[in-house]
Amino acid sequence: MANSVILAQLKREQILELLKEGKRLDGRGLEDQRPLSIDVGVIPKANGSARVRLGDTEIVTGVKIQPDKPFPDLGDKGILICTAEILPLADPNAEPGPPSEEVIELARVVDRGIRETEMLDLHQLVLIENKSVIGIFIDSSVTDANGNLFDACSYASVAALLSCTVPKYEIQNEAPVLVEGVTSKPPVKTIPVSVTMARIGDHIIIDPSSDEEACMDARLTITTNTEGNICAIQKGGIDGFTLEQVIRCSEIALSVGTKIRKQLEKLM
Amino acid sequence: MTQLMNENGIRCDGRRVDQLRNISIKVGVLKNADGSAYIEFGKNKILAGVFGPRDVHPKHMANQDSGILRCRYHMSPFSVTERKNPAPSRREIEISKVIKEALLPAVILKDFPRTVVDVFIEVLQADGGTRCAALDAASIALADAGIPMRDLVSACAAGKVADQIVLDINNEEDQEGQADMPIAYMPNLEKITLMQLDGILSPSEYKKCVQTGINGCKLVYEMQRKALMDKYFTNET
Repeated sequence: MANSVILAQLKREQILELLKEGKRLDGRGLEDQRPLSIDVGVIPKANGSARVRLGDTEIVTGVKIQPDKPFPDLGDKGILICTAEILPLADPNAEPGPPSEEVIELARVVDRGIRETEMLDLHQLVLIENKSVIGIFIDSSVTDANGNLFDACSYASVAALLSCTVPKYEIQNEAPVLVEGVTSKPPVKTIPVSVTMARIGDHIIIDPSSDEEACMDARLTITTNTEGNICAIQKGGIDGFTLEQVIRCSEIALSVGTKIRKQLEKLM
Repeated sequence: MTQLMNENGIRCDGRRVDQLRNISIKVGVLKNADGSAYIEFGKNKILAGVFGPRDVHPKHMANQDSGILRCRYHMSPFSVTERKNPAPSRREIEISKVIKEALLPAVILKDFPRTVVDVFIEVLQADGGTRCAALDAASIALADAGIPMRDLVSACAAGKVADQIVLDINNEEDQEGQADMPIAYMPNLEKITLMQLDGILSPSEYKKCVQTGINGCKLVYEMQRKALMDKYFTNET
């Protein structure tokens, strides 16, 4: 335990020295992302799926679509729920059992990014108002945890959604019945892109690795939409940001987001 | 659907766009806690109690080099319109985490290795903006407990309602408005320690919203400071 604390301090000093020269431990520049690869349709039993690798971080996400009852106060909208789980095989420190604070935050930040950008037109998923709607469940499993799970889970969730097919349901005797062999594309309105930045000393870096996360001062995740708006934010970490830094971060999120969105658009 | 703003720019609860709800703060309201505060922030009623530095249980959580901070944000079952299940929800667990991370930059725990400072927050009545009001109370409760601090943490939300950037979103504006951005700020160190956003803002609206939120935090700070002064520096000769 004490050893890992000393190691983290030594690594922080090394990381800070490199950052002064505009370099990072793995050779990246401050605003360089690790290589991002996205494969869709990897789980044919799901209605949509994706495997995303962001550097050494790996996520498998599946989308399941099935009829459901609407939320009592949202009878004119379909259901959208994102979850995330760090599998025990993904990290030596992960344990099976109830989700930790970190995992709950991860799932809620991924969910917020997709919900608040209004990626899907949920009004199009209503079968009978207030009674029967289509539910879209997006479940992400972290299979290898090596930093920046927020963005990796977000890209995997968005990729799985973009590539999913929505089965058709018909109402018979007031109950939804599956129409075999008929599917449609999901009602996508915009593409959310999450960009996570870490502040280490006075430096802002994007896409932090595990080593960088272990010694960062603060973290900011900003999700933008296709139209260039800022739609969801989550600050984390043990310290804060200045006003100038959060404005700078929004500019980085918009410019980096545009590049990643091009990669995601190809999946439509 | 309620009208959120009239043609004169007055909001549904009678406030201007840059006006806070009424706030009252009492320091030292609990006998057992080492530090405590009670805040009424509009219709929000929130208690915060602080214990520690004290022994850590379970022991494996202890840090040999520093004290640790723990935080629990909880809503009473009767605090909202529909009864809330008393078990902690995923929302409450996330809010507990962001509140802890908003307070951590302010507290100095280096001198209390192997101990914990526990912050317990109970929302007795909720009416929009509970995490900010809770943070305001928690920050004062920490000061009341005598925990060394670099600054107070002041929190307030800004947002977008009827296409305008407004300060301090209430419950109706949170439900039906266009964006909600809770912010916590250390006014003397000029640092943002909590920042979240739900809703769609253009880059220029985003800048205005952050600035509006920070201005609100500075107003809240004056009230926090006054509450502490009233407890510790009145009746002194």
